[in-house]
Amino acid sequence: MSANHDDHHHAPDGHGRALRLGIGGPVGSGKTALVAALCRSLGPSLRLGVVTNDIYTTEDADFLRRAGVIDAERILAVQTGCCPHTAIRDDIAANIDAVETLEERFGPLDLVIVESGGDNLTATFSRGLADRQIFVLDVSGGDKVPRKGGPGVTTADLLVVNKTDLAPMVGADLTVMSRDAAKVRDGKPVLFTSIREDKGAHSVAEWVVGIVDAWHHEHAHSV
Amino acid sequence: MHGDMAMLLLADSRLPAGGHAHSGGAEEAVRVGAITGPEDLARFLRGRLATAGVVTAALAAAACEVGARPAPERWQRLDAEADCRISAPAQREASRTQGRLLVRTTRRIWPSEALDSLALAVPDGAHHPVALGAAAAAAGCEPRQAALAAAYTSVTAPATAAVRLLGLDPVLVHRLLADLAPALNDAAHEACVIQADDWSDLPAHAAPALDLLAEQHLRTEVRLFVS
Amino acid sequence: MHLVATAAGPLDGDHLGLSIDVAPGTSLSVFSVASTLALPGRSRLTVTARVGPGASLRYSPEPLVLADGCDLRVDVLLSLAGDATAFWREEIVFGRYGEPSGRCRSRFDATVDGVPLLRQEVTAGDPALHGSPAVFASARCAGSTLLVGDLPREVHLAEGCAVLPLAGPGTLVSALAADTVELRRRLEWGERLADKSLP
Repeated sequence: MSANHDDHHHAPDGHGRALRLGIGGPVGSGKTALVAALCRSLGPSLRLGVVTNDIYTTEDADFLRRAGVIDAERILAVQTGCCPHTAIRDDIAANIDAVETLEERFGPLDLVIVESGGDNLTATFSRGLADRQIFVLDVSGGDKVPRKGGPGVTTADLLVVNKTDLAPMVGADLTVMSRDAAKVRDGKPVLFTSIREDKGAHSVAEWVVGIVDAWHHEHAHSV
Repeated sequence: MHGDMAMLLLADSRLPAGGHAHSGGAEEAVRVGAITGPEDLARFLRGRLATAGVVTAALAAAACEVGARPAPERWQRLDAEADCRISAPAQREASRTQGRLLVRTTRRIWPSEALDSLALAVPDGAHHPVALGAAAAAAGCEPRQAALAAAYTSVTAPATAAVRLLGLDPVLVHRLLADLAPALNDAAHEACVIQADDWSDLPAHAAPALDLLAEQHLRTEVRLFVS
Repeated sequence: MHLVATAAGPLDGDHLGLSIDVAPGTSLSVFSVASTLALPGRSRLTVTARVGPGASLRYSPEPLVLADGCDLRVDVLLSLAGDATAFWREEIVFGRYGEPSGRCRSRFDATVDGVPLLRQEVTAGDPALHGSPAVFASARCAGSTLLVGDLPREVHLAEGCAVLPLAGPGTLVSALAADTVELRRRLEWGERLADKSLP
């Protein structure tokens, strides 16, 4: 890092800035719904910003703006040139720029959520972009997905299995998913939700409050 | 010096500076049917290289010289020379965004006075070729190497975008790029002919079709690339 | 003021020069009675215009036609005082009816109070580049109008025409078209949007 701190580029080590939480997972698993739920639950108590990585233009950002769960200006959309995983893993520059823009405009913030574009099971966030990450699956993808693993399932700080209300209809066995996930995740947490039934995704929100508090204690006094 | 290695890193599409999300007008050209296959793409790339490519190469070479003796006034004046060569607001915006990301990335790779002074002199983001030339100077490149990297990326970005958007054979597209080798050398040569502190004579080739494509692209509802 | 050419041209070996000075507070309009036909051979056209404080210049000659075989170099230098205004239209036709374009390389440099506003070069008639989808695509003629002054900063777009506010105090209307009638119609559409005070 340069010795010159007179401009607005933040230090990459996390001092004096918000926690950056990546939310990734396959297309249609409910990432945007989870972001909306977290904004609903956490908005009253935390200072938030959201960055979306849309495949097409600003679809997800527009959905969130319409949902009215957060000020429209606090949502920025990043375009990913056909490669959503590149923008969160190999070339994170545009996402970092968006995160820092939010912090400059509305800072200090407590939490910036970066939602990835829907991708495959190998897409994870670079540690240079996200301090913590959630991987979202849904039961309709089949109950074998956790067993097969993949970097998203195995390394995410939290695995969320969404749409549990659909489990009986698609023949997914939640006990099997829970057992397999525990096996490949080395004890890292797994939460089952149905965001359609629990609009605030309260169990996930509680987990997020925990990591934000921990981040705050670790970094607040060391600017 | 280690200019050769640095030039390769700066020209590499894997440089994590946001370049992967820009198509240099290719996405809109594909959408409106101006690029449908390898022949159109070859003509698009040749035209882009001889216009926008030469201009960015010349600005990058000049910026590389400034980087050896950086001063805020020189950065601002060179950035203004870039501004007056880009007519379309959409292209100026894309250029400044890419420049800002490039400075952010390269300051961490090659910490230097050249990049620090540019970031301070043009805080909202210098134009991309100016940032590229500054990074090249910071990394130990000669102006000609900066020009080559700039001219090269001016065609590789649209070529990659066309592969993704049209499902073209990537080997064939790389052959088209290889065919541009003499034109790339000419571009770098033209870019380095004039090098003095008066940059008014630097190349300024316009590409009217690219200007139209850039503005249309911003008004297109479904788009995958920033530019 | 109307420019009247006394012979066809420019043709081989010609070097035409035009120098325009618009005194402070005055206004000048420059038109031509017919289009300029660049004939085969090497020729040069140089225009230098200075527009003083509070002065205004309108330069809108008829189109420049690049006959097959011409090799023309055009240099335009337009320097304006800070509060001067200008309207500068250029139209180029790529060859007479049914013939390929002659070659032309033009350079346009406009400054306001010494600060660059627009620098652009246009190269026509190079077979390797001319029809590139990035350059002129399939257009048979190209034109642009630079308007300098206190103008609205809005982009407008239509088929083959864009109204482009520049970084400095001016707007460029840029158009491509199949023929001169369409080109003029597109430019005039853009000019009226760029400067709402135009008739």
